Amino acid sequence: MALAGLALLAGASLCIGATNLWNTDLDSGLVLAVSRIPRTCAAILAGAGLALAGVVVQQAVRNRLVEPGLTGTPEAAMIGLLGVTLIAPGAALLVKMSVAAISALLGTAGFFLLSRHVPPRDPMLLPLVGLIYGGILGAVALWLAWITDLVQFIGIWQTGEFSGVLQGRYELLWLIAVMAGALYLLADRITLLGLGEDYARSLGLNYHQTVLLGLGIVAICVAVVVVTVGSMPFVGLVVPNIVSRIWGDNLRQNLWLVALLGAGFVLGSDLIGRIVRWPYEIPAATIFAVIGAAIFLWLLNAPRKTVAHG
Amino acid sequence: MIEIENLSLTRGGTPILRDISLTIPDGGIVAIIGPNGAGKSTLLHCMAGLLAPDSGRVLIGGKDVHKARENDRALMLSLLTQTPGTVPRLTVADLVGFGRWPHHRGRPGATDRAIVQDVLGRFDLDDIATREVETLSGGQRQRAYVAMAHAQSTPWMFLDEPLSALDPKYSHDIMARLTQIVSQDGGHRSVLMVLHDLQIALRTANWVICLRDGAAIRSGPTKEVMTSELLSTLYETSLHVGDLDGEPVIVPRNPAFL
Repeated sequence: MALAGLALLAGASLCIGATNLWNTDLDSGLVLAVSRIPRTCAAILAGAGLALAGVVVQQAVRNRLVEPGLTGTPEAAMIGLLGVTLIAPGAALLVKMSVAAISALLGTAGFFLLSRHVPPRDPMLLPLVGLIYGGILGAVALWLAWITDLVQFIGIWQTGEFSGVLQGRYELLWLIAVMAGALYLLADRITLLGLGEDYARSLGLNYHQTVLLGLGIVAICVAVVVVTVGSMPFVGLVVPNIVSRIWGDNLRQNLWLVALLGAGFVLGSDLIGRIVRWPYEIPAATIFAVIGAAIFLWLLNAPRKTVAHG
Repeated sequence: MIEIENLSLTRGGTPILRDISLTIPDGGIVAIIGPNGAGKSTLLHCMAGLLAPDSGRVLIGGKDVHKARENDRALMLSLLTQTPGTVPRLTVADLVGFGRWPHHRGRPGATDRAIVQDVLGRFDLDDIATREVETLSGGQRQRAYVAMAHAQSTPWMFLDEPLSALDPKYSHDIMARLTQIVSQDGGHRSVLMVLHDLQIALRTANWVICLRDGAAIRSGPTKEVMTSELLSTLYETSLHVGDLDGEPVIVPRNPAFL
């Protein structure tokens, strides 16, 4: 059903836009190939990537209220991007992206080390620490951008939207599909991280290696999203929570649901953003922030049904 | 057999474990007792290989715990720590299934599935196998975690205060199952546990280790070790090991609060 829903959204996404596909003056095939198909793929990949990144950080720090946007990951990626833009402005996109991913990994690892010193008693504490941590990294990024006259970039990287997605300018996002595959192979290990370090290690898991691999995948997913379409808060928070609440934490069974739901939410948000003020657009990140906030309030307050599932 | 040789650990300038040397026989229940802050949990974590000592070593069946690879260690011993803060949303069957992880590393075979089924049955978890651990009562949850450690099929099972939050019914239930495990499997399974309940230690343990201020002041068969004199010295309060209808009991003698 979830698959069918996503297919329906994708179909709608191909048909809806500022230009009418059935206008005979236009080469509809060209519009589809250059703009609509890339845009639809980009939204699906970005949504899946952010949701998967969310589930990994939540398991790694064992806190459901954390997401990549609260671990300094996008801010660290921006610092890396600014750095590479300053030092080597002409570098290939792949090089910029790699630098962004490495600095995103450093930023996320910094949060992970910080999280080990935050008492786990109150689950609200860690997201607050992450908010401050991300704020500090964001301030560094903004300061760097300010003194080098690159502030407009920060704006672009901060607001996730898909109107600029064209053939040839989004393909890096396919890295997320590769990461999703890698994550599927690691699914049991990520679930074991959620049992806590003592259990993970006494069950024979190489704990630090697994954390590093997981956070590496998070960093790559977030960095490609920041580079190509801009960061989007809430996706990595809301989607894993919905899936965990309904279907539990066994990732070997549920990872595909996380990816699918993330893709559906972001594609849906992009669609709504295209429709409400047609022919103008509202960024998908703005739309999702509204939807996400509402869902999150519900998640915080609604009692969880004690379901049995096999 | 577990051999501990000159184990020492210092944290922040404070010695936690002081030059501990012990030999612990296989087959049976071993209890680590001692007052609060004696270093019991630290010793258990150190023996489980999760904490590296400053000096000394721990050998289980002749193998150095701290030099073994993570997965080899997971085949030597299983561990139950004190009740974790966040409980994962896994079913009881999935949780117990993860006990087999060091054996299959993600590809469970027919043997693994059979063992999980057997353990679920042995621990009376069949009826709640599809329930999430999060939804269980404290007692059932602890039973599920002990079942996971048992499914790991290791020669040694280390438990850190497994009875701490349980009422007498569930404590007795867990102890009965552990006693059954060590007696049934032909002496191949042994249990080492940090225990606060002296009564239960006296009745169920075959071997007792007394820890005080990070030093092992006594280790040996329960009846020899747990005497009125030793317990009174260990806990700095007058304790008397008496007899109630032929069963040993521990009672405070002339306690200050009376």
